Amino acid sequence: MLRDITIGQYYPADSIIHKLDPRVKLFGTVIFIISLFVFDGLPGFLLITAFMAFFIRLSKVPFSFMVRGLKAVVMLVLIASVFNLFLSPGEELVSFWKLTITDTGLKNAIFMTIRMVYLILGTSVMTLTTTPNELTDGLEKALGPLTKIHVPVHEIAMMMSIALRFVPILIEETDKIMKAQMARGADFESGNLLKKAKNMVPLLVPLFVSAFRRANDLALAMEARCYNGGEGRTKMKPLVYAKRDGVAYVVLMGYLVLLVAVNSLL
Amino acid sequence: MNIIEAKNLVHEYIREDEEGNVEERLVALDHMDLHVKPGQFISVLGHNGSGKSTFAKHLNALLEPTSGSLWVNGMDVTKEENILPVRQSAGMVFQNPDNQIIASVVQEDVGFGPENIGVPTEEIWQRVEKSLKSVGMWEYREHSPNKLSGGQKQRVAIAGVMAMEPKCIVLDEPTAMLDPDGRKEVLAAVHQLNKEKGVTIILITHYMDEVVDSDYVYVMDQGKVVMDGTPRDIFSRVEELKEHRLDVPQITLLAYELKNAGLDLPDGVLTREELVSELCRLRDSNPNGSEVKDNKE
Repeated sequence: MLRDITIGQYYPADSIIHKLDPRVKLFGTVIFIISLFVFDGLPGFLLITAFMAFFIRLSKVPFSFMVRGLKAVVMLVLIASVFNLFLSPGEELVSFWKLTITDTGLKNAIFMTIRMVYLILGTSVMTLTTTPNELTDGLEKALGPLTKIHVPVHEIAMMMSIALRFVPILIEETDKIMKAQMARGADFESGNLLKKAKNMVPLLVPLFVSAFRRANDLALAMEARCYNGGEGRTKMKPLVYAKRDGVAYVVLMGYLVLLVAVNSLL
Repeated sequence: MNIIEAKNLVHEYIREDEEGNVEERLVALDHMDLHVKPGQFISVLGHNGSGKSTFAKHLNALLEPTSGSLWVNGMDVTKEENILPVRQSAGMVFQNPDNQIIASVVQEDVGFGPENIGVPTEEIWQRVEKSLKSVGMWEYREHSPNKLSGGQKQRVAIAGVMAMEPKCIVLDEPTAMLDPDGRKEVLAAVHQLNKEKGVTIILITHYMDEVVDSDYVYVMDQGKVVMDGTPRDIFSRVEELKEHRLDVPQITLLAYELKNAGLDLPDGVLTREELVSELCRLRDSNPNGSEVKDNKE
């Protein structure tokens, strides 16, 4: 199941989207998410679809690979749209047993499904084309001004990149502990949900203990290498805008203007 | 001038109860004296709990001495403003290779130290290239550390320290979690750095075999330096080493036992080649092999 989640994975390819500055991609994703929640009606929907399709094509990531990322959230989308379908007030369309489908309900359900599916697809364009390191670097730089109001931006970015570095190590460790506990007769498979959750305790406790020990070691190793917070640090890969990043910003702004126009005119 | 100078160094771990009263005092370093000249390859031996790791952490200003003095590269480690320069001049490599690699790409990890001390971007790249090449890991620069072997990870960690251009490198049991191949590969890299770049090495270990090639050996027990000398010196004192719960390398032990059994061998034989040549010498000077056998009985 873990393999199905494509969010947060990186898909290496040589495309213009891959080469864009991570800040541009972050900005673009935010714009896209906003546009998903303000659009209304068919013209807006067509515009968003065209915009998304354009960027997916540019990214050279196979569409089928992206769709795989949807599998993990199918249930969530289904539940949300079913609730919307049956529980919205409005004019009655069909009614059977205790359930009624209203016109607003139908509209909400359709839009909700589209929004959620597009949300996953759109954000995965960013995560699939940006390495985790670029992403944290971009975040650190983009949110940099927030340090003035005492938001620890550098620390947050550092924590994110360290967390990403330790994900595979901790997964491997979980596997090891699981096997060790199974060898001693632990059972992770049978029983109902509550029992299964209870059985996880002998797995989680050693995992947490070891994670804390690792954190301690790592902190010491970072200190030994003169880590002293974000101040006075230089960058091995500083972010510098290229011409294509400017073009991308113009495209994004154009999209925003177009969307507002479509929404207000039609 | 000595690059490391410890005088009367004391460190106590103090455990306090909730009210702040001292519950227990554990003396980890007990009036320790030690000095290292620049360019030397020093080994510090000791069994578990002898205080050798505590000492290593002092060299990097990760721990502060309770009393006594410690100078690293001419700087007093107890002074607040010296902490960062001390850490830069005495780099440290730890035991667990996974827990000291910070970035998820090899070259970015090596660049972490220089980034911290504010080296300009272009120079970082030069330093990263230089130090990765010096440990033979340049081809792996784009790899994820998770895909490397233990020995390779330790070499990356050493490169990460080298990129800060330290005067000396302290290695705290760098091979304890490695397989024999990994151990060989890490030690070879360390020896090469010592010979080619003139970096002072302080190797902290409990493997006797790793000590053989060093210039000088300190043996620690219960927070004190109990023996010091060249490896040959130290390993000729087999009985004394046993008192400090340490073994000698197998070859040395074999030579020692043969000598006790009556063979005319010198003290402190360190390598297999040495033992072989000594035995050949005995055979040549004493063509009648049975005579030796008689002595033994």
